[in-house]
Amino acid sequence: MMSSPKKLMRRMHGMMFKLPLMITCNEFESFILAYLEDGLPAKQKFVFEMHLKICRECREYLQAYRASLELTKHAYEGDLIGPNDQVPDDLVRAILAARKA
Amino acid sequence: MKVGPTVVTESQSSDENAEISKLRRGELAATEKLVRENAGWMLAVSRRILNNDAHAEDCVQNAFSSIFNNLESFRGDSRLRSWMHCIVVNQALMLLRSRKRRNESPIDDLMPLFDENDCRVEDRWTTLETPESLIQKSQTRETVLSLIDELPESYRVVLLLRDIEEMATSDVAEMLGLSESNVKVRLHRARSALKKLLEPLLRGQSL
Repeated sequence: MMSSPKKLMRRMHGMMFKLPLMITCNEFESFILAYLEDGLPAKQKFVFEMHLKICRECREYLQAYRASLELTKHAYEGDLIGPNDQVPDDLVRAILAARKA
Repeated sequence: MKVGPTVVTESQSSDENAEISKLRRGELAATEKLVRENAGWMLAVSRRILNNDAHAEDCVQNAFSSIFNNLESFRGDSRLRSWMHCIVVNQALMLLRSRKRRNESPIDDLMPLFDENDCRVEDRWTTLETPESLIQKSQTRETVLSLIDELPESYRVVLLLRDIEEMATSDVAEMLGLSESNVKVRLHRARSALKKLLEPLLRGQSL
């Protein structure tokens, strides 16, 4: 049976990603954390960024991954300090009483 | 130990030294000052990890007890607040371990997909809402927090400690009894799973 154009394109992509200085999407996935923490050695960083240029799926995936991380951080903003006026007074009293005991 | 949002790498100031001496002597005014100035953020840390107000209060109480009991061994190579942060996180993790585990869905269902050619399977992102605009909308914050809560606990905790508490990988590894590479793997899997859970929001669809 003939492959659909989409399937054929994916197969060609898969073959291209196995060429020298290329990585597959699966390998790209395993480099993401180190890339975002600027922890990739120069050569790996080069092949990672090369993949990023030519793979639309991974490019969009990484953008969404970053956006999701930022959204998570925003969701906790304002809650990080924990204002002292919201500390129940009986909790403070209990801590001080335990210290005196 | 290095701690994120409250990170201060230099050693303690002379003011802090004087306060610590008063605390060691058990001076009530200094003790009350310490509690009033720090209980708020400690309660916030505990609530984030434990997701339960009563447990969070227990945690802060236990943490202060541990702080007072260990003041003599506080060496001053980190700021007092960083040291207290480690103690309260440790107490929260201990309470978390002692709690009955809830039913969890496997994280594998939320992992990225690859086809037989090792190519990523990802629906086109025609819209990607910005986090800044999303967070302005009512309910977004609650929705995001409840989705984070859907992550299996062993992943949620790593995500919280690394991305929200901004603790170093080595410190998280030490606290959880994991290798650093294991912490990294868990963090990436937690972030990937959360990206999947947040996708409808980020694509501008209603949940």
